Order: sequence, then C-alpha cells, then structure tokens
Amino acid sequence: MEVTPPFFLKNALQMKNNIIHYCNIKNNEVYLDGKKLYTGAEEDFLSFIKGVYKSFGLDYPKFYKMDTLCKLAIASSSILLNGINKEIDPNMAILLSNRSACIDVDIKHQESISQGEGSYASPANFVYTLPNIALGEISIKYKLRSENSFFIFEGFNPEFLIEYGNSLTQLGKSSSVLCGWVEVIENEYNAFMFIIKPEKGIELTKENLEKLI
Amino acid sequence: MEELKIELKEKIIEALNLEDMSIEDIKDTDVLFDEGLGLDSIDALELIIILDKDYGIKLTDSKDGKKIFQSIETMAQYITDHRTK
Repeated sequence: MEVTPPFFLKNALQMKNNIIHYCNIKNNEVYLDGKKLYTGAEEDFLSFIKGVYKSFGLDYPKFYKMDTLCKLAIASSSILLNGINKEIDPNMAILLSNRSACIDVDIKHQESISQGEGSYASPANFVYTLPNIALGEISIKYKLRSENSFFIFEGFNPEFLIEYGNSLTQLGKSSSVLCGWVEVIENEYNAFMFIIKPEKGIELTKENLEKLI
Repeated sequence: MEELKIELKEKIIEALNLEDMSIEDIKDTDVLFDEGLGLDSIDALELIIILDKDYGIKLTDSKDGKKIFQSIETMAQYITDHRTK
C-alpha cells in the first residue's frame, strides 16, 4: 500500500538545497563566495590565523585559548556567517568533517603527560582533545541550538555531506546546514565551509563541491 | 614579592594562551575571573597546577581557591606564605 506523506513533509521532501554561500581558508588566503578577501604573509599557521582573526575583527577573546582546529573552524564559520549579512538562523545545523580529527592538540596533550614523573596534563589542552569541540565553539558563538555532527573521513566526502545535509532539512531537523571540511595538521590547513538551504544558489552537487573546495 | 607577581603574570599569560596580553596589562589587583580577566573553570585548573608544580602548594578545598585566585596580589601573598619550593 502506498503511503502518502502529510503535506508539510511532502513539501519538505520536494525542497532542493543549494549552496547559498561558502568560505575557503587555504594557502595563506581567505575567500568568501569565491572572492579573495585576505592574503597573509605569515609562514606558520598560528601566525596566519591570528592575522585573519585580527584583520576580520572577529573580537572573540576565547579564540586565543582554542586549539588549531577550533581556531580554523571559528575563523572560517565567522567569516562566512558574518559576511552574509543575514540574521543567523538558530536552527541552522552544523555538519563538519576532516581527516585528522584534532591531532595537533592530541600530540600536545600526549607530550604534556609523557614527560615522566611530575608531568601534568594541561586542562587547557585537554578540553580540546575531541574534534567535535569545534561544533560546540561555533554553536556557543552563534547561539545555535541545533543538530550537529563531526565526521572523520580519509578525504573530502561531498556525497556524504550532500546526503546527510539534505536529510537534515528534508526531515525538518533544520532549515539550513553549515557544512564543511576543516583540516589542520601543524602548518598544513584547509577550511571549506558552506551553507546549504532550499534557496537560490549554486546547485548542490558532488562536482560543484569538488570545484569549490 | 614584586618579582613573584611578575613571574605569576608571565606564567598565567603562557599557560592560558592570553596571547594578546602583556604583563603590563594585568594589574596586581585586577579580578582574575568573570568580569575581570574573564578566566573560566578550565583556567582555574591551570592555576591550581601552577601552584602545585611550581610552588609545591596543593589545594584541597575549592573554597580556598576563590580567595586565593581573586587577583595576582592574593595569589602572590598565598604563595609567599605557603610555598614549599
């Protein structure tokens, strides 16, 4: 027997998400919707991201205490969300991914506890030893009370982000999704954040995401 | 004690990653938590570790922490009175 979904669910299922805005931070540069906004001259990631923080007036003192992954996630999400000049939807879900979780701070933590007798675990490092802390930091900064998940993949996985992101909006869990890839190991980094929503924008396809990252 | 206060400010800036601050930015009587320097509960743990590791002081009662960590002044006084190293 064929089941007819209720009208609101039917409408939701028919809505098609598009990429409405996106931000890239890589190779010492920051882009919003493909337009270059900043070029840093710094050689190391921490100096570069500090330059980004100052240049974009992000004004979030907690930034300094964060691990490298959270710094990159907060910088890219802030530039994206501040840059679109729209009220932030508190129901916007977050769906992030990367390859190396939070390896930078894991190594720091490991070093701090393996220095023999008298060594101490640093609480300031320890609190960041999970990649999903980045989700919490974004949610706190933008007062989002939404679904969020952080996935680890071998590489950028556009099919998964499309499928999962679509399911969040189509099932009514959220009205939009902040998706992305946020990867950093020492001085190698790449952040690609994008918002999907059933609005006019770039078609949400694997090919387009692979082009934009 | 003045030397100890400067040492504490340097340690706090380093341990808590207060990168934009210099020792001149922290006054001896500045409130360290909440509306002062804005430190939080995780930072309090770092301060407890500094007391233990660098000055041989183990805090056992959390109520003591509130008084001791009020400011650089109160921390320095407590360390001077109780340090074992």
